[in-house]
Amino acid sequence: MPEWIVAPLLVLSATLRVATPLVLCAMGGLFSERSGIIDVGLEGKMLAAAFAAAAAAAVTDSAWVGLAAGIAIAALLALLHGFACITQRADQVVSGVAINIVVAGLTVVFGIAWFQQGGQTPPLPPEARFMPIAWLGGHNLIVAAALLGVPLSHWAIMRTRFGLRLRAVGDVPLAVDAAGVSVAWLRYRAVLICGVFTGVAGTYLSIAQNAGFSRDMTAGQGYIALAALIVGKWRALPAFGACLAFGLLDAIAIRLQGTRIAVVGEIPVQLIQVLPYALTVILLAGFIGKAVAPRAIGVPYEKTP
Amino acid sequence: MAAARRRPLPIWVDAGLLPVVNVLLALSVAGLIVLAAGVDPIDAVRVMLVGAFGSEEAVGYTLYYATNFVFTGLAVALAFHAGLFNIGGEGQAYLGGLGAGLVALGFDRILPAAILIPLAVAAAAGFGAAWAAIPGYLQAYRGSHIVVTTIMFNFIAAALMVYLLVNVLIAPGSMSPESREIGAVAQLPALHVLLRGIGLTVAPSPLNLSAVWAALCCVAVWLFLWRTPRGYELRVLGHNADAARYAGIDVGRTTVLALCLSGALAGFVGVNEILGVQHRLILDFAAGYGFGGIAVALIGRNHPAGVALASILFGALYQGGAELAFDFPSITRDMVVVIQGLVILFSGALANLVRPWLEAAIAPFVRDARGVDAIAEES
Repeated sequence: MPEWIVAPLLVLSATLRVATPLVLCAMGGLFSERSGIIDVGLEGKMLAAAFAAAAAAAVTDSAWVGLAAGIAIAALLALLHGFACITQRADQVVSGVAINIVVAGLTVVFGIAWFQQGGQTPPLPPEARFMPIAWLGGHNLIVAAALLGVPLSHWAIMRTRFGLRLRAVGDVPLAVDAAGVSVAWLRYRAVLICGVFTGVAGTYLSIAQNAGFSRDMTAGQGYIALAALIVGKWRALPAFGACLAFGLLDAIAIRLQGTRIAVVGEIPVQLIQVLPYALTVILLAGFIGKAVAPRAIGVPYEKTP
Repeated sequence: MAAARRRPLPIWVDAGLLPVVNVLLALSVAGLIVLAAGVDPIDAVRVMLVGAFGSEEAVGYTLYYATNFVFTGLAVALAFHAGLFNIGGEGQAYLGGLGAGLVALGFDRILPAAILIPLAVAAAAGFGAAWAAIPGYLQAYRGSHIVVTTIMFNFIAAALMVYLLVNVLIAPGSMSPESREIGAVAQLPALHVLLRGIGLTVAPSPLNLSAVWAALCCVAVWLFLWRTPRGYELRVLGHNADAARYAGIDVGRTTVLALCLSGALAGFVGVNEILGVQHRLILDFAAGYGFGGIAVALIGRNHPAGVALASILFGALYQGGAELAFDFPSITRDMVVVIQGLVILFSGALANLVRPWLEAAIAPFVRDARGVDAIAEES
């Protein structure tokens, strides 16, 4: 194949690898936030799943057990978030922040207590990881799952009865309640789906992209996914696009490190790194289009007696 | 909404007992985690208490950490009173340190301490306030959500500081991203040095004049919120934005003011760290204090006195946690991060978990405790 076809393909392939956890987290966040539950805790759930997956895979030597453990722990945290936000009607941001902080500490505490390697899990052998597969173009199963997850999420939210109700409960929960559908049960399902997505995302980080867990390995990617969700205006396909764009920026930032460009000179890596955050702020401020959140987002629903 | 259906609890239960119960719950869960890590929780508590209060030096360290928490705790509490959740304390504290550091580095060879230090403190406040003012303005006039923008600003602040320290402020010939040491005139004196001046001998610790400034800030925030018209407007906004608008309060201006004051308070972390202890600009000197401030404000029920008490608790956790890490190889200071998170969880997200139980438990005493007005209102 000629160079001008191969080079962009390679860039796309690298972008996909970097963007996969973002895509998974953003899709999870999409379900949660469309139902009216803010999820600042994407980062924490992903980090917990990364640790659980790596720990389980290290002990059992099975990637699939790792995946199950990752999903289970993230789903558990999602239920905790749901209990706080839906049943206890607490501040959703406080709950998300709490989960992020607890997980940031807990993964290191247990990592050191169980594996004595400064918070890391032991390096994993290939059979305990999701390895690249030739017929997937050298990508692993989770990358493929993330790619499938996007149209699936779009379809579930825009084309199914569940999705219709999900969107309604995020905009006018009173109407859903009046129609005889349980607001709480709908929202619990939404946060649970979010938990599963973030669980897969974390699993990808520790046992597919890398060969083990290291402390703080999510490094803010949960927040970037949240940013992508907002930049994508709480829609599956645009959010996916934003994830790819942020992934591409990341890939470029790595490539540009230390290189000089004609006229501009050396571009500071930090400038490229802040672009997702800066872009989100600009977009939220309504300077380029307007990102309008689901109307009832962040508001606990209380059934009037 | 949720508050409307609650039965009123007497003030000593609502502001005293409930927060204590929630903190104890958080600490119990932390104890279970310590147990799971293979350490006897009773031993751990003993080591932490001795580590935090067992000697003059320990108390000094505890109060030094508490100073930072007072600043960020007040920052979060003040914004809470305006109904705003400022989770940008990390970034504002970071930028505050940058402001103080820039002034100190720029003028430490030409200005005397009497002018330089107030100027550096003002710069810390100014930089912190400016970093909070942008999200505040965007919330007030462009409708963007303060929580999301302050999160994004934390990351932007972190990247900005890396850039500045690696490329601009790095000391010539230095391998690590640090600025040169600031001159002695710009350094805040440590308290043990000051006390020696009046004939008292205490063990050396990083505790410095910033602690006094923190205490003054507590009083100032209380005076501002409960004794000035602007503070009143701010609290009205927090209680009911519609009522505030109807009463003729400029909601936009009050929002920006609240965020600016909040950011300025967070910025003072930079005074304690850069002028008081580190004496140079470094990376990550504010890490964890911004989020810790949320926990402190939640336990302290957003009151300056509560914030001060909660800060001492957290200072003790930080200092005691360091000792814990020395004594038990299987535990690191990350345990303190876990406790911080658990406190936010139990005092914030699950604050009303024990409320029904508590209401039932004190029901026999409530009638007497609520006071005549409440009973009269009911009948």
